[in-house]
Amino acid sequence: MKAAIVLFPGSNREGDAARALRQAGAETSIVWHADHDLPTGTDLVVLPGGFSYGDYLRCGAIAGRAHIMDAVRSHAARGGLVLGICNGFQILCESGLLPGVLMRNRDLRFVCKRQHLRVERNDTAFTRAYALHQAIDVAIAHGEGNYEAHDETIARLEGEGRVAFRYCDASGKVGGAANPNGSTNDIAGIYSEKFNVLGMMPHPENLIDPLVGGIDGRGLFESLLRAA
Amino acid sequence: MTAQTKSHEPAITPDLVAQHGLKPDEYQRILKLIGREPTFTELGIFSAMWNEHCSYKSSRLHLKKLPTSAPWVIQGPGENAGIIDIGDGLACAFKMESHNHPSYIEPYQGATTGVGGILRDVFTMGARPIACLNLLRFGSVDHPLTRHLVSGVVAGIGGYGNSFGVPTVGGSTAFHSSYDGNILVNAMAVGLVRTDEIFYAAATGVGRPIVYLGSKTGRDGIHGATMASAEFDEKSEEKRPTVQVGDPFSEKLLLEACLEIMAKGCVVAIQDMGAAGLTSSAVEMGAKGNLGIELDLDKVPCREPGMSAYEMMLSESQERMLMVLDPEKEEEAEAIFRKWGLDFAVIGKTTDTLRFVVKHGGEIKADLPIKQLGDEAPLYDRPSVPTPKPQKLDSAALAAPLPIDAALKKLVATPDLASKRWIWEQYDHLILGNSIQGPGGDAAVVRVENGPKGLALTADVTPRYCFADPVEGGKQAVAEAWRNITAVGGRPLALTDNLNFGNPEKPEIMGQFVACLQGIGEACRALDFPIVSGNVSLYNETQGKGILPTPSIGGVGLVADVTKSAGLAFRAPGEKILLVGETEGWLGQSIYLREILGREEGAPPPVDLAKEKAHGDFVRALIVGGFVSAAHDVSDGGLAVALAEMAMARGVGAKVAAPGADIAAVWFGEDQGRYLLAAPVGRADEILALAAKAGVPVAVIGETGGDVLALGGASPMLVRELLEAHENWMPAYMAGGKTA
Repeated sequence: MKAAIVLFPGSNREGDAARALRQAGAETSIVWHADHDLPTGTDLVVLPGGFSYGDYLRCGAIAGRAHIMDAVRSHAARGGLVLGICNGFQILCESGLLPGVLMRNRDLRFVCKRQHLRVERNDTAFTRAYALHQAIDVAIAHGEGNYEAHDETIARLEGEGRVAFRYCDASGKVGGAANPNGSTNDIAGIYSEKFNVLGMMPHPENLIDPLVGGIDGRGLFESLLRAA
Repeated sequence: MTAQTKSHEPAITPDLVAQHGLKPDEYQRILKLIGREPTFTELGIFSAMWNEHCSYKSSRLHLKKLPTSAPWVIQGPGENAGIIDIGDGLACAFKMESHNHPSYIEPYQGATTGVGGILRDVFTMGARPIACLNLLRFGSVDHPLTRHLVSGVVAGIGGYGNSFGVPTVGGSTAFHSSYDGNILVNAMAVGLVRTDEIFYAAATGVGRPIVYLGSKTGRDGIHGATMASAEFDEKSEEKRPTVQVGDPFSEKLLLEACLEIMAKGCVVAIQDMGAAGLTSSAVEMGAKGNLGIELDLDKVPCREPGMSAYEMMLSESQERMLMVLDPEKEEEAEAIFRKWGLDFAVIGKTTDTLRFVVKHGGEIKADLPIKQLGDEAPLYDRPSVPTPKPQKLDSAALAAPLPIDAALKKLVATPDLASKRWIWEQYDHLILGNSIQGPGGDAAVVRVENGPKGLALTADVTPRYCFADPVEGGKQAVAEAWRNITAVGGRPLALTDNLNFGNPEKPEIMGQFVACLQGIGEACRALDFPIVSGNVSLYNETQGKGILPTPSIGGVGLVADVTKSAGLAFRAPGEKILLVGETEGWLGQSIYLREILGREEGAPPPVDLAKEKAHGDFVRALIVGGFVSAAHDVSDGGLAVALAEMAMARGVGAKVAAPGADIAAVWFGEDQGRYLLAAPVGRADEILALAAKAGVPVAVIGETGGDVLALGGASPMLVRELLEAHENWMPAYMAGGKTA
């Protein structure tokens, strides 16, 4: 699998994403935001975490309009895989590839901690390696992860089964105190209509090593490898 | 043509000189040095170079006495950061620096620029930052400003580090009324660099271009370093405009661009613009390289029009660098900076005149001897009086108003000992994927690249010991950092110090300073733990009230194999708990004495450096040899608190007998040089045998298991309840609830 990781000014988890992808067996390359084309043969585009353009204006707003995003939109329209993590999710929302918006966390503070997610379906290119409703232990690190959308959009996402992950506790119980940011319906990640684009706030790429917290994040990258 | 003050600039009067923080005799020194009246711009330059913050005029004499070398030290104090060899062609660059005054005036921006400044110090040397730590001291939790300051400082540290993309992996936060008007924000950054790719500040070669890189120059931070060199008064609020504004996004770009042009071989010398901005960076590059510097300020990228030479020379706008470039690679370097969207301007050249010449609008605004600007800065041997030796307290005779269990429950939820999760969850401590041990342990462990090596990192100090007995307190600060690193299985290699004190013009403050340094020096020598970088922050006083002497110590150690490092959590039931070191039951200056008995008195526990070394070396060998499942150093709150921390970490209880009389002094005494270990039964016997052979006092004092912590004859405590109290204090406090 060939994965292209887009580097915006201010991206900072591109190395973490590359490490997780390579561990799973992917070939990775870094693509500069001002480029117009993705490398030939790109199977997966990753928009990594970070603070593109400093998160000034609005998180992801400027990056969502970068040159390379035209190529990413074309790639997605062709059915190519796109994964946006954290700031990448915000960029996907700003670029029109996913609906909704990431607002400031409910308590207005940045939060970095380990966080369980419930895998809402395990029949997508991103989640095949997980069990249905498995509670996976990954990490979050964001100040604006509170997912909001119009009621009809939320209803549609729910109706079409496009919620990828929900915040839960270690036993898989969704919501309540397990929701770290006030996200609507405890949404931690959503798919595009064709399930080839995934945007998620948590960081599976930081939980790939038994020495650094655990390996529950690996499943996502292993799923992608199987999909390619 | 010499520089002259122009008619539109203020005339040099005694008042103007005083406003620049220069004493009359210091002004006389300037007149003697240059043989004429300085121009307005020159006066600004002298004020920037000769303030306490930049010149170390009160501290230089004493700093010289500290040990700074070891075979593994590549760069000691005097550069942007210290550098140590960690083997395999890799080196670690690190430094700690204060941003105390600005953080009090404007907590968010003060803290961000503190973090930004220290990160820049590290990557200026060619090192990619891999971790940040911080040491914070706030005023009493009852002080009306404390919540506001905590909230702003923590958000600022997170706001900068998180965006820049470096994990903040550890630190120390405590409260004391002596910091009510002078909080401490000490930030430490750690980076990695290949030993053959280190960059320095000294310029070489005549006629080479001096390049300005990074953000534009604005009117922010003018006289920041001068502010940091004065006491606070009721008018300090008015100094808010002297606080700089941080832009982590620009700094991230600056990092990437700098490392890229360094890798391409474009850079001859590099210096970040920190305190005293363009002035200090240009003078240092020239003076260190024995060269003159000529600057043309018309070329400096400015944020707003109409900035004067004086303002440009004193601006402390952030995220700026000065470099001497290889002239043949100028174009290549410029292209890289343009790619990252950063300013790049040739603003001067190196000369063979040893003069610092500043031109603006066709006029010479300054023409000064470059070496003397630094070398001839005033040097003071300030009078000092030693702190009277406090009496040793009769700990065993103290009344015990609370049973052991009730006292422990209270202590784990006091401001200094309560969990600081509320703070460190606002810091991204997981980015880069190498945080083997993050915040909340003795030392953080950060893997180096793909391992197996790691760095053990800590920031610590016990100011109440330093206040009571500065020599012992200085020793203890170093020993504590050394112990923290040892407790995770690291070999302590070197440290950075951030010496926060009151007004050095007061002999008793100077006495604290001199004695703390004496203690620090003794401990560094005994533990083979040299100082490779540091910072001095004096005048931490408001309306004549000084802070507790706070010589923060940031320690770095090497973990040879991160799979063999230890954490503090009890992991399994049925394991033996061992205590290394002797317990006399020393309550003088302890947290117990302060929090339970409401007294801050007595002599602090003495540090026996020979025993310290023997005990630590023994513990480290056990960890590395795989003998133990947990290790923790015993410090604030003594044995009982250390045991509670080990139990709370994973919810595994323990039953422990007092190593001596079953009294408060034994459970809460802060005797030094001690560690707690947990080990499987068979291993415990082996450890006892090894200890007997090594002559280290080790005793089995209990066993892990269950969900309660039972200490001697005290009522057993549910670990869950201790944890709840421990975790709840800070969120409740910050939400405006109970304060103690």
